[in-house]
Amino acid sequence: MDTLILGLPVAYYIAMVAKVLVAFVFVLLTVAYATYAERKIIGHMQVRLGPMRTGWHGLLQPIADGVKLFFKEEIVPSQASKFAFLVAPLVALIPAFISFAVIPFGDNITIGGYTVPLQIAAYYDQAGKQVFDVNVGVLYILAMASLGVYGIVLAGWASNSKYSLLGGLRSAAQMISYELAAGLAIISVFMLSESLSLHKIVADQAGGAWYAFKQPLAFVIFFICSLAEINRTPFDLPEAETELVSGFCTEYSSMKYAMFFMAEYANMITVCAVTTTLFLGGWHGPAFLPGWFWFIAKVYFLIFLCMWIRATYPRYRYDQLMRLGWKVFLPLTLVNVMATGFWVMFISK
Amino acid sequence: MESIFFLIVAAVAVISSILVVTCKNPINSALSLVMTFFCLATFYVMLDAPFMAATQVIVYAGAIMVLIIFVIMLLNVRVETVKRGTHAVMAGSAIGLFILFQTVWFLMKGSMTGKVGEMTKEQIISVGHVELIGKAIFTDFLLPFEVTSVLLLAAIVGAVILAKKKI
Repeated sequence: MDTLILGLPVAYYIAMVAKVLVAFVFVLLTVAYATYAERKIIGHMQVRLGPMRTGWHGLLQPIADGVKLFFKEEIVPSQASKFAFLVAPLVALIPAFISFAVIPFGDNITIGGYTVPLQIAAYYDQAGKQVFDVNVGVLYILAMASLGVYGIVLAGWASNSKYSLLGGLRSAAQMISYELAAGLAIISVFMLSESLSLHKIVADQAGGAWYAFKQPLAFVIFFICSLAEINRTPFDLPEAETELVSGFCTEYSSMKYAMFFMAEYANMITVCAVTTTLFLGGWHGPAFLPGWFWFIAKVYFLIFLCMWIRATYPRYRYDQLMRLGWKVFLPLTLVNVMATGFWVMFISK
Repeated sequence: MESIFFLIVAAVAVISSILVVTCKNPINSALSLVMTFFCLATFYVMLDAPFMAATQVIVYAGAIMVLIIFVIMLLNVRVETVKRGTHAVMAGSAIGLFILFQTVWFLMKGSMTGKVGEMTKEQIISVGHVELIGKAIFTDFLLPFEVTSVLLLAAIVGAVILAKKKI
Protein backbone atom coordinates (compact mmCIF):
# COMPACT_ATOMS: atom_id res chain seq x y z
CA MET A 1 0.00 0.00 0.00
CA ASP A 2 2.90 2.34 0.63
CA THR A 3 4.52 2.10 -2.79
CA LEU A 4 4.13 5.31 -4.74
CA ILE A 5 3.30 5.59 -8.44
CA LEU A 6 3.94 9.13 -9.75
CA GLY A 7 3.84 10.48 -6.21
CA LEU A 8 0.55 8.88 -5.22
CA PRO A 9 -0.08 5.61 -3.31
CA VAL A 10 -1.39 2.50 -5.10
CA ALA A 11 -4.59 2.66 -3.05
CA TYR A 12 -5.38 5.97 -4.74
CA TYR A 13 -5.43 4.33 -8.16
CA ILE A 14 -7.47 1.35 -6.96
CA ALA A 15 -10.02 3.69 -5.36
CA MET A 16 -10.14 5.84 -8.50
CA VAL A 17 -10.82 2.91 -10.83
CA ALA A 18 -13.43 1.51 -8.42
CA LYS A 19 -15.22 4.88 -8.19
CA VAL A 20 -15.28 5.33 -11.97
CA LEU A 21 -16.59 1.80 -12.55
CA VAL A 22 -19.27 1.98 -9.87
CA ALA A 23 -20.51 5.42 -10.91
CA PHE A 24 -20.54 4.54 -14.62
CA VAL A 25 -22.38 1.23 -14.19
CA PHE A 26 -24.83 2.84 -11.80
CA VAL A 27 -25.61 5.69 -14.22
CA LEU A 28 -26.02 3.22 -17.10
CA LEU A 29 -28.45 1.12 -15.07
CA THR A 30 -30.35 4.22 -14.03
CA VAL A 31 -30.55 5.29 -17.69
CA ALA A 32 -31.98 1.89 -18.65
CA TYR A 33 -34.54 1.86 -15.88
CA ALA A 34 -35.40 5.55 -16.25
CA THR A 35 -36.89 4.67 -19.65
CA TYR A 36 -38.97 1.98 -17.96
CA ALA A 37 -39.94 4.28 -15.08
CA GLU A 38 -40.97 7.01 -17.51
CA ARG A 39 -43.31 4.71 -19.43
CA LYS A 40 -44.69 3.22 -16.24
CA ILE A 41 -45.20 6.54 -14.40
CA ILE A 42 -46.74 8.34 -17.38
CA GLY A 43 -48.85 5.25 -18.02
CA HIS A 44 -50.30 5.31 -14.53
CA MET A 45 -50.81 9.09 -14.66
CA GLN A 46 -52.84 8.60 -17.84
CA VAL A 47 -54.79 5.68 -16.29
CA ARG A 48 -52.96 3.03 -18.33
CA LEU A 49 -50.73 0.25 -17.09
CA GLY A 50 -47.60 0.89 -19.19
CA PRO A 51 -45.42 -2.10 -20.22
CA MET A 52 -46.72 -5.32 -18.64
CA ARG A 53 -45.68 -8.24 -20.86
CA THR A 54 -41.90 -8.64 -20.52
CA GLY A 55 -41.18 -10.00 -17.05
CA TRP A 56 -43.09 -9.20 -13.88
CA HIS A 57 -44.96 -5.91 -14.50
CA GLY A 58 -42.71 -5.37 -17.52
CA LEU A 59 -39.49 -5.20 -15.51
CA LEU A 60 -37.40 -6.69 -18.33
CA GLN A 61 -38.65 -4.10 -20.87
CA PRO A 62 -35.39 -2.02 -20.98
CA ILE A 63 -33.40 -5.18 -21.81
CA ALA A 64 -35.88 -6.15 -24.53
CA ASP A 65 -35.71 -2.62 -25.97
CA GLY A 66 -31.92 -2.66 -25.88
CA VAL A 67 -31.69 -6.02 -27.67
CA LYS A 68 -34.24 -4.89 -30.25
CA LEU A 69 -32.34 -1.66 -31.03
CA PHE A 70 -29.05 -3.54 -31.14
CA PHE A 71 -30.24 -5.92 -33.85
CA LYS A 72 -31.96 -3.30 -36.01
CA GLU A 73 -30.54 -2.54 -39.42
CA GLU A 74 -28.12 0.35 -39.53
CA ILE A 75 -29.12 2.88 -42.20
CA VAL A 76 -26.91 5.79 -43.29
CA PRO A 77 -28.68 8.15 -45.72
CA SER A 78 -26.84 8.18 -49.06
CA GLN A 79 -26.60 12.00 -49.19
CA ALA A 80 -25.53 12.29 -45.56
CA SER A 81 -22.19 13.72 -44.52
CA LYS A 82 -20.74 10.39 -43.37
CA PHE A 83 -18.17 11.39 -40.76
CA ALA A 84 -20.38 13.89 -38.95
CA PHE A 85 -23.31 11.46 -39.13
CA LEU A 86 -21.28 8.72 -37.42
CA VAL A 87 -19.67 10.98 -34.84
CA ALA A 88 -22.80 12.91 -33.76
CA PRO A 89 -24.31 10.26 -31.42
CA LEU A 90 -20.96 9.90 -29.64
CA VAL A 91 -20.62 13.67 -29.26
CA ALA A 92 -24.09 13.71 -27.69
CA LEU A 93 -23.42 10.79 -25.36
CA ILE A 94 -19.94 11.49 -23.97
CA PRO A 95 -20.51 14.95 -22.37
CA ALA A 96 -23.65 13.56 -20.72
CA PHE A 97 -21.58 10.97 -18.90
CA ILE A 98 -18.36 12.81 -18.07
CA SER A 99 -20.15 15.51 -16.05
CA PHE A 100 -20.41 12.92 -13.28
CA ALA A 101 -16.66 13.17 -12.68
CA VAL A 102 -17.04 16.21 -10.41
CA ILE A 103 -20.31 15.47 -8.61
CA PRO A 104 -19.86 14.41 -4.96
CA PHE A 105 -22.25 11.53 -4.35
CA GLY A 106 -21.50 10.73 -0.73
CA ASP A 107 -19.48 11.42 2.40
CA ASN A 108 -15.85 10.26 2.71
CA ILE A 109 -15.63 6.56 3.40
CA THR A 110 -12.73 4.80 5.15
CA ILE A 111 -11.63 1.34 3.98
CA GLY A 112 -8.75 -0.29 5.86
CA GLY A 113 -7.48 3.04 7.22
CA TYR A 114 -7.51 4.69 3.80
CA THR A 115 -10.06 7.49 3.36
CA VAL A 116 -11.72 7.91 -0.03
CA PRO A 117 -13.97 10.85 -0.97
CA LEU A 118 -17.03 9.70 -2.92
CA GLN A 119 -16.37 12.05 -5.82
CA ILE A 120 -14.50 10.81 -8.88
CA ALA A 121 -12.24 13.80 -9.55
CA ALA A 122 -11.09 14.27 -5.95
CA TYR A 123 -8.51 12.85 -3.60
CA TYR A 124 -8.09 12.86 0.16
CA ASP A 125 -4.83 14.14 1.57
CA GLN A 126 -4.21 11.42 4.23
CA ALA A 127 -1.70 13.53 6.16
CA GLY A 128 -3.47 16.90 5.93
CA LYS A 129 -6.96 15.40 6.44
CA GLN A 130 -8.42 17.46 3.65
CA VAL A 131 -10.27 16.79 0.40
CA PHE A 132 -8.92 18.29 -2.81
CA ASP A 133 -11.29 18.38 -5.76
CA VAL A 134 -11.54 20.23 -9.06
CA ASN A 135 -11.81 23.80 -7.82
CA VAL A 136 -13.87 24.93 -10.80
CA GLY A 137 -16.30 21.99 -10.63
CA VAL A 138 -19.41 23.99 -11.48
CA LEU A 139 -17.79 25.62 -14.50
CA TYR A 140 -16.68 22.17 -15.65
CA ILE A 141 -20.31 21.03 -15.62
CA LEU A 142 -21.42 24.15 -17.53
CA ALA A 143 -18.65 23.55 -20.07
CA MET A 144 -19.69 19.94 -20.63
CA ALA A 145 -23.35 20.96 -20.92
CA SER A 146 -22.43 23.49 -23.59
CA LEU A 147 -20.60 20.77 -25.57
CA GLY A 148 -23.65 18.49 -25.63
CA VAL A 149 -25.33 20.75 -28.19
CA TYR A 150 -22.79 19.74 -30.86
CA GLY A 151 -24.17 16.20 -30.99
CA ILE A 152 -27.65 17.44 -31.79
CA VAL A 153 -26.56 20.19 -34.20
CA LEU A 154 -24.27 17.80 -36.07
CA ALA A 155 -26.93 15.12 -36.26
CA GLY A 156 -29.36 17.67 -37.66
CA TRP A 157 -26.93 18.93 -40.25
CA ALA A 158 -25.32 15.64 -41.28
CA SER A 159 -28.60 13.81 -41.92
CA ASN A 160 -29.26 16.07 -44.93
CA SER A 161 -32.98 16.13 -44.18
CA LYS A 162 -35.25 19.14 -43.66
CA TYR A 163 -36.79 17.81 -40.46
CA SER A 164 -33.42 17.00 -38.92
CA LEU A 165 -31.97 20.38 -39.89
CA LEU A 166 -34.88 22.26 -38.35
CA GLY A 167 -34.61 20.15 -35.20
CA GLY A 168 -30.89 20.86 -34.97
CA LEU A 169 -31.36 24.61 -35.49
CA ARG A 170 -34.10 24.80 -32.89
CA SER A 171 -31.99 22.90 -30.43
CA ALA A 172 -28.95 25.15 -30.91
CA ALA A 173 -30.97 28.34 -30.45
CA GLN A 174 -32.75 26.93 -27.43
CA MET A 175 -29.62 25.69 -25.70
CA ILE A 176 -27.73 28.97 -26.18
CA SER A 177 -30.65 31.02 -24.84
CA TYR A 178 -31.22 28.94 -21.74
CA GLU A 179 -27.55 28.39 -20.93
CA LEU A 180 -27.27 32.08 -20.03
CA ALA A 181 -30.14 32.09 -17.57
CA ALA A 182 -28.98 28.79 -16.02
CA GLY A 183 -25.45 30.16 -15.60
CA LEU A 184 -26.69 33.39 -14.02
CA ALA A 185 -28.92 31.40 -11.65
CA ILE A 186 -25.90 29.43 -10.44
CA ILE A 187 -23.88 32.63 -9.90
CA SER A 188 -26.04 33.56 -6.92
CA VAL A 189 -25.12 30.22 -5.34
CA PHE A 190 -21.41 30.97 -5.85
CA MET A 191 -21.86 34.33 -4.19
CA LEU A 192 -23.15 32.67 -1.03
CA SER A 193 -20.70 29.75 -0.98
CA GLU A 194 -17.69 31.85 -2.10
CA SER A 195 -16.31 28.85 -3.94
CA LEU A 196 -16.63 27.06 -7.27
CA SER A 197 -15.75 23.67 -5.80
CA LEU A 198 -18.73 21.33 -5.55
CA HIS A 199 -17.25 19.69 -2.46
CA LYS A 200 -17.24 23.05 -0.66
CA ILE A 201 -20.75 23.92 -1.90
CA VAL A 202 -22.12 20.64 -0.52
CA ALA A 203 -20.23 21.08 2.75
CA ASP A 204 -21.84 24.53 3.16
CA GLN A 205 -25.29 23.02 3.03
CA ALA A 206 -24.83 20.68 6.01
CA GLY A 207 -27.61 20.58 8.60
CA GLY A 208 -30.49 21.44 6.28
CA ALA A 209 -29.15 24.87 5.22
CA TRP A 210 -29.98 24.08 1.61
CA TYR A 211 -29.45 26.71 -1.05
CA ALA A 212 -32.94 25.90 -2.32
CA PHE A 213 -34.25 27.71 0.78
CA LYS A 214 -31.80 30.63 0.54
CA GLN A 215 -32.15 30.97 -3.24
CA PRO A 216 -35.64 29.71 -4.13
CA LEU A 217 -35.84 31.81 -7.30
CA ALA A 218 -32.45 30.62 -8.55
CA PHE A 219 -33.45 27.01 -7.77
CA VAL A 220 -36.69 27.16 -9.76
CA ILE A 221 -35.15 29.03 -12.70
CA PHE A 222 -32.13 26.72 -12.82
CA PHE A 223 -34.32 23.62 -12.87
CA ILE A 224 -36.62 24.96 -15.59
CA CYS A 225 -33.67 26.15 -17.70
CA SER A 226 -32.06 22.74 -17.31
CA LEU A 227 -35.22 21.11 -18.61
CA ALA A 228 -34.98 23.39 -21.63
CA GLU A 229 -31.28 22.65 -22.11
CA ILE A 230 -31.78 18.89 -22.16
CA ASN A 231 -34.84 19.19 -24.44
CA ARG A 232 -37.33 17.67 -22.01
CA THR A 233 -41.04 18.38 -22.20
CA PRO A 234 -42.44 21.10 -22.09
CA PHE A 235 -39.41 22.31 -24.09
CA ASP A 236 -38.91 19.32 -26.40
CA LEU A 237 -39.31 21.36 -29.59
CA PRO A 238 -36.19 19.90 -31.30
CA GLU A 239 -37.99 16.56 -31.55
CA ALA A 240 -41.59 17.74 -31.65
CA GLU A 241 -43.18 14.72 -33.34
CA THR A 242 -46.31 16.51 -34.52
CA GLU A 243 -44.34 18.96 -36.68
CA LEU A 244 -40.82 17.56 -37.17
CA VAL A 245 -41.38 13.75 -37.28
CA SER A 246 -38.60 13.07 -34.78
CA GLY A 247 -36.45 16.21 -35.12
CA PHE A 248 -32.69 15.80 -35.23
CA CYS A 249 -32.79 12.00 -34.93
CA THR A 250 -35.30 11.40 -37.75
CA GLU A 251 -32.70 9.69 -39.97
CA TYR A 252 -31.06 7.65 -37.23
CA SER A 253 -31.69 3.98 -36.60
CA SER A 254 -30.35 1.06 -34.58
CA MET A 255 -27.61 1.69 -32.00
CA LYS A 256 -27.05 5.30 -33.08
CA TYR A 257 -30.64 6.11 -32.27
CA ALA A 258 -30.22 4.26 -28.98
CA MET A 259 -27.20 6.46 -28.20
CA PHE A 260 -29.27 9.64 -28.61
CA PHE A 261 -31.90 8.10 -26.40
CA MET A 262 -29.30 7.20 -23.76
CA ALA A 263 -27.78 10.68 -24.00
CA GLU A 264 -31.18 12.23 -23.36
CA TYR A 265 -31.74 10.18 -20.22
CA ALA A 266 -28.14 10.52 -19.05
CA ASN A 267 -28.50 14.29 -19.42
CA MET A 268 -31.65 14.20 -17.34
CA ILE A 269 -29.83 12.29 -14.59
CA THR A 270 -26.87 14.70 -14.76
CA VAL A 271 -29.13 17.72 -14.46
CA CYS A 272 -30.95 16.18 -11.50
CA ALA A 273 -27.62 15.33 -9.84
CA VAL A 274 -26.31 18.87 -10.38
CA THR A 275 -29.51 20.40 -9.01
CA THR A 276 -29.28 18.11 -5.97
CA THR A 277 -25.66 19.11 -5.41
CA LEU A 278 -26.16 22.86 -5.82
CA PHE A 279 -29.55 23.39 -4.23
CA LEU A 280 -30.76 20.34 -2.29
CA GLY A 281 -27.80 19.79 0.03
CA GLY A 282 -26.08 17.06 -2.01
CA TRP A 283 -25.61 13.93 0.09
CA HIS A 284 -26.57 15.57 3.39
CA GLY A 285 -29.56 14.07 5.18
CA PRO A 286 -30.59 12.49 8.49
CA ALA A 287 -27.61 10.47 9.79
CA PHE A 288 -29.34 7.09 10.20
CA LEU A 289 -28.77 6.32 6.52
CA PRO A 290 -25.48 6.79 4.57
CA GLY A 291 -24.92 9.94 2.51
CA TRP A 292 -24.99 8.21 -0.88
CA PHE A 293 -28.47 6.93 -0.09
CA TRP A 294 -29.78 10.46 0.42
CA PHE A 295 -28.05 11.62 -2.72
CA ILE A 296 -29.65 8.87 -4.82
CA ALA A 297 -33.03 9.44 -3.17
CA LYS A 298 -32.97 13.18 -3.99
CA VAL A 299 -31.82 12.55 -7.58
CA TYR A 300 -34.58 9.97 -8.09
CA PHE A 301 -37.14 12.37 -6.69
CA LEU A 302 -36.07 15.04 -9.21
CA ILE A 303 -36.18 12.48 -12.04
CA PHE A 304 -39.72 11.64 -10.96
CA LEU A 305 -40.48 15.38 -11.02
CA CYS A 306 -39.23 15.60 -14.64
CA MET A 307 -41.56 12.77 -15.62
CA TRP A 308 -44.43 14.31 -13.69
CA ILE A 309 -43.89 17.61 -15.59
CA ARG A 310 -43.89 15.68 -18.87
CA ALA A 311 -47.22 14.07 -18.02
CA THR A 312 -48.71 17.41 -16.95
CA TYR A 313 -47.74 20.21 -19.33
CA PRO A 314 -48.26 20.59 -23.08
CA ARG A 315 -45.37 21.69 -25.27
CA TYR A 316 -44.40 25.39 -25.52
CA ARG A 317 -44.69 27.25 -28.79
CA TYR A 318 -41.34 28.36 -30.21
CA ASP A 319 -41.86 32.11 -29.76
CA GLN A 320 -43.16 31.54 -26.23
CA LEU A 321 -40.04 29.53 -25.46
CA MET A 322 -37.73 32.30 -26.66
CA ARG A 323 -39.72 35.00 -24.89
CA LEU A 324 -39.64 33.02 -21.63
CA GLY A 325 -35.88 32.55 -21.83
CA TRP A 326 -34.81 36.05 -22.82
CA LYS A 327 -37.53 38.30 -21.44
CA VAL A 328 -38.50 36.55 -18.21
CA PHE A 329 -35.70 34.33 -16.91
CA LEU A 330 -32.72 36.44 -17.91
CA PRO A 331 -33.94 39.68 -16.21
CA LEU A 332 -35.16 37.73 -13.18
CA THR A 333 -31.79 36.03 -12.68
CA LEU A 334 -29.98 39.36 -13.09
CA VAL A 335 -32.20 40.91 -10.42
CA ASN A 336 -31.53 37.86 -8.25
CA VAL A 337 -27.76 38.28 -8.66
CA MET A 338 -28.03 41.99 -7.75
CA ALA A 339 -30.18 41.23 -4.70
CA THR A 340 -27.80 38.49 -3.55
CA GLY A 341 -24.84 40.83 -3.98
CA PHE A 342 -26.61 43.50 -1.92
CA TRP A 343 -27.40 40.94 0.77
CA VAL A 344 -23.83 39.61 0.90
CA MET A 345 -22.31 43.12 0.98
CA PHE A 346 -24.55 44.94 3.44
CA ILE A 347 -26.76 42.58 5.46
CA SER A 348 -24.88 39.33 6.13
CA LYS A 349 -21.55 41.01 7.03
CA MET B 1 4.62 11.33 -17.87
CA GLU B 2 3.49 14.93 -18.09
CA SER B 3 5.70 15.64 -21.10
CA ILE B 4 4.39 12.54 -22.92
CA PHE B 5 0.83 13.75 -22.29
CA PHE B 6 1.81 17.22 -23.47
CA LEU B 7 3.25 15.80 -26.70
CA ILE B 8 0.08 13.82 -27.41
CA VAL B 9 -2.17 16.85 -26.85
CA ALA B 10 0.19 19.08 -28.83
CA ALA B 11 0.15 16.65 -31.75
CA VAL B 12 -3.67 16.61 -31.73
CA ALA B 13 -3.71 20.42 -31.55
CA VAL B 14 -1.35 20.80 -34.52
CA ILE B 15 -3.14 18.19 -36.63
CA SER B 16 -6.59 19.64 -35.94
CA SER B 17 -5.45 23.20 -36.65
CA ILE B 18 -4.00 22.03 -39.97
CA LEU B 19 -7.35 20.37 -40.70
CA VAL B 20 -9.13 23.69 -40.03
CA VAL B 21 -7.53 25.20 -43.14
CA THR B 22 -7.35 22.08 -45.31
CA CYS B 23 -10.85 20.62 -44.84
CA LYS B 24 -13.07 21.16 -47.88
CA ASN B 25 -16.27 20.94 -45.87
CA PRO B 26 -16.83 24.08 -43.75
CA ILE B 27 -18.57 22.13 -40.98
CA ASN B 28 -15.60 19.78 -40.65
CA SER B 29 -13.28 22.81 -40.47
CA ALA B 30 -15.41 24.29 -37.70
CA LEU B 31 -15.31 21.00 -35.80
CA SER B 32 -11.53 20.85 -36.12
CA LEU B 33 -11.41 24.35 -34.68
CA VAL B 34 -13.48 23.13 -31.71
CA MET B 35 -10.94 20.33 -31.27
CA THR B 36 -8.10 22.89 -31.29
CA PHE B 37 -9.87 24.95 -28.62
CA PHE B 38 -10.27 21.82 -26.57
CA CYS B 39 -6.54 21.10 -26.77
CA LEU B 40 -5.85 24.69 -25.68
CA ALA B 41 -8.13 24.13 -22.69
CA THR B 42 -6.11 21.01 -21.85
CA PHE B 43 -2.91 23.10 -21.91
CA TYR B 44 -4.49 25.59 -19.51
CA VAL B 45 -5.28 22.74 -17.11
CA MET B 46 -1.67 21.55 -17.35
CA LEU B 47 -0.52 25.10 -16.49
CA ASP B 48 -2.61 25.07 -13.26
CA ALA B 49 -5.22 27.41 -14.74
CA PRO B 50 -8.47 25.41 -14.56
CA PHE B 51 -10.64 28.56 -14.62
CA MET B 52 -9.10 29.62 -17.93
CA ALA B 53 -9.68 26.11 -19.29
CA ALA B 54 -13.34 26.12 -18.27
CA THR B 55 -13.99 29.58 -19.75
CA GLN B 56 -12.14 28.59 -22.91
CA VAL B 57 -14.51 25.64 -23.38
CA ILE B 58 -17.65 27.54 -22.34
CA VAL B 59 -17.03 30.69 -24.39
CA TYR B 60 -15.13 29.53 -27.46
CA ALA B 61 -16.02 25.87 -27.90
CA GLY B 62 -19.48 26.13 -26.37
CA ALA B 63 -20.88 29.47 -27.52
CA ILE B 64 -18.93 31.10 -30.36
CA MET B 65 -18.37 27.92 -32.37
CA VAL B 66 -22.01 26.89 -31.99
CA LEU B 67 -22.98 30.25 -33.49
CA ILE B 68 -20.50 29.78 -36.34
CA ILE B 69 -21.85 26.30 -37.08
CA PHE B 70 -25.36 27.74 -36.82
CA VAL B 71 -24.56 30.29 -39.52
CA ILE B 72 -22.89 27.69 -41.77
CA MET B 73 -25.96 25.47 -41.43
CA LEU B 74 -28.37 28.34 -42.18
CA LEU B 75 -26.43 29.41 -45.26
CA ASN B 76 -26.14 25.74 -46.22
CA VAL B 77 -22.59 26.17 -47.51
CA ARG B 78 -21.57 22.89 -49.07
CA VAL B 79 -18.15 21.66 -50.18
CA GLU B 80 -16.01 24.59 -51.26
CA THR B 81 -13.80 24.45 -54.29
CA VAL B 82 -10.32 25.01 -53.01
CA LYS B 83 -7.73 26.35 -55.40
CA ARG B 84 -4.39 24.73 -54.74
CA GLY B 85 -0.89 26.12 -55.06
CA THR B 86 -1.81 29.76 -55.41
CA HIS B 87 0.66 32.52 -54.57
CA ALA B 88 -1.31 33.47 -51.44
CA VAL B 89 -0.88 29.98 -49.98
CA MET B 90 2.86 30.07 -50.74
CA ALA B 91 3.32 33.51 -49.19
CA GLY B 92 1.22 32.56 -46.15
CA SER B 93 3.20 29.41 -45.46
CA ALA B 94 6.48 31.29 -45.92
CA ILE B 95 5.43 33.90 -43.35
CA GLY B 96 4.19 31.15 -41.03
CA LEU B 97 7.48 29.27 -41.25
CA PHE B 98 9.42 32.47 -40.64
CA ILE B 99 7.41 33.27 -37.49
CA LEU B 100 7.83 29.67 -36.26
CA PHE B 101 11.58 29.89 -36.77
CA GLN B 102 11.69 33.25 -34.97
CA THR B 103 9.70 31.89 -32.01
CA VAL B 104 11.91 28.83 -31.66
CA TRP B 105 15.02 31.00 -31.95
CA PHE B 106 13.77 33.36 -29.24
CA LEU B 107 12.95 30.47 -26.92
CA MET B 108 16.33 28.83 -27.45
CA LYS B 109 18.58 31.90 -27.36
CA GLY B 110 16.57 34.67 -25.79
CA SER B 111 16.29 35.72 -22.17
CA MET B 112 12.59 34.75 -21.85
CA THR B 113 13.11 31.09 -20.96
CA GLY B 114 13.01 29.99 -17.34
CA LYS B 115 11.86 33.32 -15.91
CA VAL B 116 9.45 33.10 -12.97
CA GLY B 117 6.68 35.67 -12.93
CA GLU B 118 4.76 37.17 -10.04
CA MET B 119 2.32 34.27 -9.79
CA THR B 120 4.13 31.10 -8.83
CA LYS B 121 2.65 27.62 -8.83
CA GLU B 122 2.69 27.48 -5.01
CA GLN B 123 0.81 30.76 -4.78
CA ILE B 124 -1.85 29.54 -7.21
CA ILE B 125 -2.34 26.32 -5.22
CA SER B 126 -2.44 28.04 -1.80
CA VAL B 127 -4.59 31.11 -2.63
CA GLY B 128 -6.65 29.63 -5.44
CA HIS B 129 -6.63 30.34 -9.12
CA VAL B 130 -10.13 31.86 -9.33
CA GLU B 131 -9.48 34.14 -6.34
CA LEU B 132 -6.27 35.47 -7.90
CA ILE B 133 -7.97 36.21 -11.24
CA GLY B 134 -10.93 37.86 -9.47
CA LYS B 135 -8.65 40.06 -7.37
CA ALA B 136 -6.60 41.10 -10.41
CA ILE B 137 -9.69 41.96 -12.49
CA PHE B 138 -11.42 43.99 -9.80
CA THR B 139 -8.38 45.88 -8.48
CA ASP B 140 -5.38 46.27 -10.82
CA PHE B 141 -7.26 45.86 -14.09
CA LEU B 142 -10.54 47.51 -13.11
CA LEU B 143 -10.42 50.19 -15.81
CA PRO B 144 -9.80 47.83 -18.77
CA PHE B 145 -12.48 45.51 -17.36
CA GLU B 146 -15.06 48.29 -17.17
CA VAL B 147 -14.11 49.68 -20.59
CA THR B 148 -14.58 46.21 -22.09
CA SER B 149 -17.99 45.88 -20.49
CA VAL B 150 -19.08 49.28 -21.87
CA LEU B 151 -17.81 48.22 -25.31
CA LEU B 152 -19.82 44.99 -25.15
CA LEU B 153 -22.91 46.92 -24.03
CA ALA B 154 -22.52 49.25 -27.00
CA ALA B 155 -22.25 46.22 -29.29
CA ILE B 156 -25.43 44.72 -27.84
CA VAL B 157 -27.36 47.99 -28.23
CA GLY B 158 -26.05 48.28 -31.81
CA ALA B 159 -27.19 44.74 -32.63
CA VAL B 160 -30.67 45.45 -31.26
CA ILE B 161 -30.97 48.67 -33.28
CA LEU B 162 -29.80 46.92 -36.47
CA ALA B 163 -32.13 43.95 -36.00
CA LYS B 164 -35.27 45.75 -34.89
CA LYS B 165 -37.44 47.44 -37.51
CA LYS B 166 -39.30 49.74 -35.16
CA ILE B 167 -37.80 51.07 -31.95
